[in-house]
Amino acid sequence: MAILIKNLLINLPSALTHVSLVTEQMLIMGVNSLPLVVFTSIFTGGVSAVQAAYQFSDYIPMRYLGTAVGKAVVIELGPVLTALVVVGRVCASITAELGTMKVTEQIDAMETLALDPVKYLVVPRFVAGFVMLPVLVLFSDFVAILGGLAVSVFFLGISSYTFLNGLKMFFHLSDVFGGLLKAFVFGSIIAIVGCYQGFRTEGGAEGVGRSTTRAVVLASVLVLISDYIIASLLFG
Amino acid sequence: MDKKRKAMIEINDLYKGFHNKPVLEGVNLAIQKGETVVIIGRSGCGKSVLLKHIIGLLKPDKGQLLIDGEDITAYPKDKLNQLRQRFGMLFQGAALFDSMTVAENVGLGLSEHTEMTEGQIREIAAEKLKMVGLVGVEDLKPAELSGGMKKRVGLARAIAMNPEFILYDEPTTGLDPIMADAINDLVINLRNTLKITSIAVTHDMASAYKIADRIAMLYKGKIIFAGTPEETKNSDNPVVQQFIQGRSQGPIPTLE
Repeated sequence: MAILIKNLLINLPSALTHVSLVTEQMLIMGVNSLPLVVFTSIFTGGVSAVQAAYQFSDYIPMRYLGTAVGKAVVIELGPVLTALVVVGRVCASITAELGTMKVTEQIDAMETLALDPVKYLVVPRFVAGFVMLPVLVLFSDFVAILGGLAVSVFFLGISSYTFLNGLKMFFHLSDVFGGLLKAFVFGSIIAIVGCYQGFRTEGGAEGVGRSTTRAVVLASVLVLISDYIIASLLFG
Repeated sequence: MDKKRKAMIEINDLYKGFHNKPVLEGVNLAIQKGETVVIIGRSGCGKSVLLKHIIGLLKPDKGQLLIDGEDITAYPKDKLNQLRQRFGMLFQGAALFDSMTVAENVGLGLSEHTEMTEGQIREIAAEKLKMVGLVGVEDLKPAELSGGMKKRVGLARAIAMNPEFILYDEPTTGLDPIMADAINDLVINLRNTLKITSIAVTHDMASAYKIADRIAMLYKGKIIFAGTPEETKNSDNPVVQQFIQGRSQGPIPTLE
């Protein structure tokens, strides 16, 4: 994997000469993932409001509910859950696509045409992952907070004024940037793991299935581990 | 064979194994400019592996591979890529890029390695497709083509950059006999019109006799025989005889 990352970095400038490949991947990874991300985020925000209200019980005043939901969503839930949704949707499809190309010799064919598969296949996916995951996370943050607000107003009997006041009270822009930093890292992990497992696929359809599973497992685990590391560095 | 003429491709004592299982165990073969050499051998004997060494897709464990007298096994990537532009390769399953149209497949090398405009590339793609007997398929996707058409598109892609060498990996496998013969004619035609040096691997003897200037047999990791189709037919090597006659009884075991 180290070799792949090295080649990726060397070839990164080629993204500028292959803009159409990059935008195509951005569309697949970002725009097409948006509906699913929005859907999961509504419920993420909702459940974080319900959960926070339950944990507050009688000890913490409900005017802090917006604070709790906002912090949880922006720092943690938005980036991580978006990343996990994208792992399932995009990382799996990257591995399946590149793995199929590998077993049908399309990657060999690319090399015989003196084209570098890293330049052609990995760089566009990496750039798309790196750029689009933070964008998805911003959407996710926004929608999840709305979800939390809706649940608070309709089911928990808290006015929107109280919720939004709580949200604003301890709102730090640095929390959003922390969440976005995570998103950059997660986006890179998803693209690199997906491509790496695709390239090392062997053994027909069964092999494609195996490496797709491996990619999803590895990417999910790496997302959670790196989440912990970044959290302890930034907020620990 | 003219002794003074230098072999364009020279394979010297090439070894390659996978997962500790030896596949090539000291292959020696020289291929002259403009000739068509067909490498025959049983499925899984390492023919495709040998072919992939010639274009640098695989690196040998040991041995030399000289092209125009230069050993390419230690070539860095950029030099290898320059060399590859002189080659075309037809893959067993055609290996067309299924996200691209036929014309984009054929023109991909040109659009990356030349300054031609899209229109010029499309023209060349159409011309190469016509050479392989395909007209009006430019905008189809590979999934819409039959097996024989895919192979022919693969061939058009291989000749798009006017290569000096073409490598054919089982050019006729999986095709009906008539389509197989059409591919054979194409191979011969390309050699005659473009003076291309060709190396084909196959176990289709009808095709080997028809297209080969020389036939070489790969058996147990070595080239055990090389000669003209006529010499091959008259060879007194029992292994060669068993293979070309397709008998299950003989020195080649059916179980491995």
